[in-house]
Amino acid sequence: MQVDKIEMGTVIDHIRAGKAAKVMKILEIGENYPHRVAILINVPSKMMKTKDIVKIEGKVVSEEHANIIALVSPGASINIIRNSAIEKKFTVALPKEVSGLGRCANPNCITAEGAKTKFRMEGDGRYRCHFCERRSGAEELV
Amino acid sequence: MDVISIRDMEKKDIEEILDSAEAYAAGKKKSPLSGKVLATLFFEASTRTKLSFQSAALRSGMEYIDFLPETSSLKKGESFEDTVKTVEGYADALVIRHPKEGSARLAADILGKPVINGGDGGNQHPTQTLIDLYSIRKSKGRIKGLNVTLFGDLKHARTMRSLAYALGMFEAKVTLVSPVGLEMDPLYVKELEDRFSLQVHVKTEPEFSEADVLYVCRIQQERFADPMEAKRVTERFRIKKDDLKGAKDDLVILHPLPKINEIEGAIDGMKQARYFEQAHNGVPVRQAVLEYALHK
Ligand SMILES: [Zn+2]
Repeated sequence: MQVDKIEMGTVIDHIRAGKAAKVMKILEIGENYPHRVAILINVPSKMMKTKDIVKIEGKVVSEEHANIIALVSPGASINIIRNSAIEKKFTVALPKEVSGLGRCANPNCITAEGAKTKFRMEGDGRYRCHFCERRSGAEELV
Repeated sequence: MDVISIRDMEKKDIEEILDSAEAYAAGKKKSPLSGKVLATLFFEASTRTKLSFQSAALRSGMEYIDFLPETSSLKKGESFEDTVKTVEGYADALVIRHPKEGSARLAADILGKPVINGGDGGNQHPTQTLIDLYSIRKSKGRIKGLNVTLFGDLKHARTMRSLAYALGMFEAKVTLVSPVGLEMDPLYVKELEDRFSLQVHVKTEPEFSEADVLYVCRIQQERFADPMEAKRVTERFRIKKDDLKGAKDDLVILHPLPKINEIEGAIDGMKQARYFEQAHNGVPVRQAVLEYALHK
């Protein structure tokens, strides 16, 4: 499958198969996004058997924002493209804090009423809601 | 200084509050809060907590104003955030009780004035935990090394989770006794063990022969699918006068109140029963908390 090279943007590779849609959601690429986006699902991969890939034209994702992807797909790699070349490449790392994104697993949490969410990672890699103090696993947040 | 969760507090903060409460109770201390105004905002009913905060405010020379959700613009759909922001302008500190978990933290984040959590859903009720610690220390002279048995529905009772945390901080020995299915969340117990190297014993039989302090909470019949089972279990876990024969002679029994029938009425008059005294301790402890909140 051939997808055009992008001039400026972000390529997210090594996404766990099936998680491309969640990656789109995390990066806030919705139906009104004005540039080209390629979503490849179940691409054969030597290391992962199958993986998803997302190529986004016209948006350079910050490292902080990209790290949120680690919640659903640890090991995903980010390629920042400028002038049709890879300017920077890194693997996502679980964020110490997640703010304004994600949803608390506790239905009785005040954030379910619309308050901005905030979670902090604890020593064992689980996240604690800043508000209701409920702990949840990384993937439960998104 | 906000008082939102026992997790925010260090042992020395808690000890400072307990010492200050002791001085208030003994009449040895004059509150520096004269003329300040406390707002009590109880979005759900909790008569005792509210009355004891109001009493603590009055005994500290403060005035209080009371927000009544049923007669307010909340009914017209005003948001929680707008309500607390408005009331902030009328008072020097706010006590908030709200059914949603995290509500007090949210208020503390958006307000500049001190916020005291009067209970946020099933999450925290820090002043209750402080009263529990105070009551244990007062009746036993210490907390460290005591055998404290938490008894009843440990799955749903927020009081028990926070107290277990605080007991870990104060190096007590904790035994958890609850019917099968109403045990404290094992992940939470593990967290306490890891954090405080606390040794927790878990039992599903009503037993407290080793206890120095027996802290009882209610087992709600609604927690069981089968009403016969509910009746059987609550009966088996009811503390009866005869059960005290096998217990330590200087056992102290505490309960956050209100109690229904989980402790046999005949026990109320016995020297072991300290739960009414515990409720009365609410006033000096909350005086100390008000001082801590307004003067830190
Ligand atoms: Zn929450």
